[in-house]
Amino acid sequence: MTETATDLEDLRRGTDLVKRGFAQMQKGGVIMDVVNREQARIAEDAGAVAVMSLEAVPADIRKRGGVARMADPADVAEIIDEVSIPVMGKARIGHTKEAQILEATGVDMIDESEVLTPADDAYHIDKRGFTAPFVCGARDLGEALRRIEEGAAMIRTKGEAGTGDVNQAVHHQRTIKGAIRELAGMTHEEREAYAREIEAPAELVHETAEMGRLPVVNFAAGGIATPADAALMMHHECDGIFVGSGIFGAENPRAMGEAIVEAVNNWDDPERLAEIATNVGKGMKGDANVDLSDEEKLQGRGV
Amino acid sequence: MSLTAGVVAVQGDVEEHVRAIERVCDRRGRSVSVHEVREPGVIPECDVLALPGGESTTISRTLHRAGLASEIREHVASGRPLFATCAGLIVVSADAGDDRIDELALLDVTVERNAFGRQRDSFEASLDVAGLDEPFPAVFIRAPAIDTVGDATVLATVDGRPVAVRQGPILATAFHPELTPDDRLHELALFEPETAASSPE
Repeated sequence: MTETATDLEDLRRGTDLVKRGFAQMQKGGVIMDVVNREQARIAEDAGAVAVMSLEAVPADIRKRGGVARMADPADVAEIIDEVSIPVMGKARIGHTKEAQILEATGVDMIDESEVLTPADDAYHIDKRGFTAPFVCGARDLGEALRRIEEGAAMIRTKGEAGTGDVNQAVHHQRTIKGAIRELAGMTHEEREAYAREIEAPAELVHETAEMGRLPVVNFAAGGIATPADAALMMHHECDGIFVGSGIFGAENPRAMGEAIVEAVNNWDDPERLAEIATNVGKGMKGDANVDLSDEEKLQGRGV
Repeated sequence: MSLTAGVVAVQGDVEEHVRAIERVCDRRGRSVSVHEVREPGVIPECDVLALPGGESTTISRTLHRAGLASEIREHVASGRPLFATCAGLIVVSADAGDDRIDELALLDVTVERNAFGRQRDSFEASLDVAGLDEPFPAVFIRAPAIDTVGDATVLATVDGRPVAVRQGPILATAFHPELTPDDRLHELALFEPETAASSPE
């Protein structure tokens, strides 16, 4: 056999396949929120598949109030410099310029996130023109497919970020999965009508029905705070887990991070989970979702 | 005879490899059961094995912790086919130049991680591969490249850097054949081994 050559000029970047493919490589992994270089180091050592760089973890954003924006690019660059795993960054919903700045800084994926204060009441970012892939939150199938139509390469449940209460992540994942199961029993014209009802593109509704799952990778996020929470979301057929405040809001972030990674690997093995959940220290205190007023909830932002 | 295949499932795009192997077997009229391997005891039963893409640091540490590393070594030592893609290539290499990766040293190559850059530099290319008649639609995601090649045979290069190699029962690529519906490399890796003696047929 002889080797053959391909030149760099023939390469195509930022295609759907390349963007969705990046998300596929994260499957079965844990993506951890970090605000600085030190936290990024702890996250990578704990076994994170990627880190999400942001200015403050959602629980602190909740406490602090005010306008939540993207992180300082200097801090993002420091995190990129620190770790060898992918680094993601959060931009405000509809804030095309924050997203472009994050892309120029070199982040591997952009989270157009309801955790930050939305910059646009009516529109999300047109994500198709970016080379960087995007992840977006969703509470139901309509939201998920609208984001995919806009160019999202990955969907995560919105959950209720910064609460440490997994209730809403479960609710959103069940809602999305339930809708996909409903689609399975529908005829072509019923799916067309359903697409109009949930305000989603018919083509994506058909694709979802045929695949029996979302056409992109589907992670859990929003309120996951313990190894058991992470295992629960894997049980609900999520492809992987985002953990926000749950790691660095815990008593021992390194131990909690490692335990959550191990729990995702062993989500279907109760004996192992019992060992993993033992002696990880206290989890974040959190706020129960039922105690929050509608104004305090982040999940209604950007539908 | 029914074939038993394994896809190491500690992290990454496992399901994509499972489906590719099922498609290849279907086309060849072979019945197959494909196992997602998370614990010891399964690999010794497998005729062929795939080591998927994902995060090489995560896969490496979990592989050793889950006790799968020695079984993968024995699988290759017995001459049974192994197909390793992207992070899989890094894990089976002799040296990836990173302390966080405990290489299995099954393939006589050294690799550079993220050799083509970050995600914004990731790409698709129509790649000429030795052993295939037509170019292959190759998807590179934060891909490694091979720096030095010892006993392995280079099958393809990008910009002069090796991105696909073969050595005995192992075929390894820096890109992701499992992300496309083109299964020719799965076929080559798992069913047309370099040495006829190690064929699972």
